[in-house]
Amino acid sequence: MMPWLPSKRSVVSSALTLRNKWDRLMADHLQLFEVFIRSRRGLDHKHVGSLHADDPEQALEYARDVYTRRGEGVSIWVVASKDITASQESDCDSFYDPLDDKPYRHASMYELPEGVDSL
Amino acid sequence: MTDKQNLVRYVLRLGDDALILGHRLSEWTSRAPFLEEDLGLTNVALDFVGRARMFYQYAAQLRGGDTTEDTFAYTRDVREFSNLLICELPRGDFAFTITRQFLYDAFALPFLQQLKQSSDSQLAAIAAKAEKESTYHLRRGREWIMRLGDGTEESRQRMLDALDQLWGYTPELFEVDELEQELIDAGIAVDSRALQSVWITTVSETLTAATLPVPETTWTANGGRSGIHTESLGYLLAELQYMQRAYPGLRW
Repeated sequence: MMPWLPSKRSVVSSALTLRNKWDRLMADHLQLFEVFIRSRRGLDHKHVGSLHADDPEQALEYARDVYTRRGEGVSIWVVASKDITASQESDCDSFYDPLDDKPYRHASMYELPEGVDSL
Repeated sequence: MTDKQNLVRYVLRLGDDALILGHRLSEWTSRAPFLEEDLGLTNVALDFVGRARMFYQYAAQLRGGDTTEDTFAYTRDVREFSNLLICELPRGDFAFTITRQFLYDAFALPFLQQLKQSSDSQLAAIAAKAEKESTYHLRRGREWIMRLGDGTEESRQRMLDALDQLWGYTPELFEVDELEQELIDAGIAVDSRALQSVWITTVSETLTAATLPVPETTWTANGGRSGIHTESLGYLLAELQYMQRAYPGLRW
């Protein structure tokens, strides 16, 4: 035992304290936002990623700094991630499987009129 | 006809402000409080270094010969740099960096708007490009000032300390010497004195919104324009110029 070295337990616990402090800082002060960008030639906003910010205004500025550095966009939306309601993996059976036996919902059954090359 | 030497010196002043402040901001890269702000600060740093290049390239073109933008950035010593002192102060803590940046941007924006009217078309063009950047910088700074000034007890105290340390360097922003007076008369330079009232309005509004007091001016420091600097500029240049000093003319 070398008394001048901190014990393993105290190193681990101070690392944990630091980690907890950081998590608390992020949780107390920063929210997660999802970022959507409309590109120069696009018609719709597409999800590009997420980021942390203090409020929506700051999220918009960070989105500009993080996701439009190379002139990717002409319009940005930010949405607090907590405001998104998402389907769950466990919903898959009830959501999507019933569609498997309804091929008539696809246009593949139709013969293409002359002059239409692709549909 | 204005002396071309004086125009070069004026352009270098503007370039030096941009390079030194940009370098101070770049010192935050990988050290900002969190990832998003790291990218945000680095973007601002890049804006300033880009601005410095535009001014230096123009100065090099005016001087002619072998001079390039790098000559100005890498081969001049402390006394030859003519940046404002506020730009060279060490980066301090985050509150200090944000406060310095805000105080400077609140000056830079109206300055660039005036420089756009310069009779020197090159300076007017650089100003037009930089104005857009500064509009964004000021918006960012304003929000941070409010967030920190009206934040926690600690963030507020750090803001008060930063204002205390910086305030005496702000009068230098509005000084006009003989050289600038000559260029103002020629319609080239901006009369900084005329910007002080706009600046104090912007600064007071934001500080008040952030529940921070507008400081009293109890001391002032100046000398940057004539090459009289704080000791910290030497250390900054030692790092910035190391490669070219160790291997003169090195290219990669």
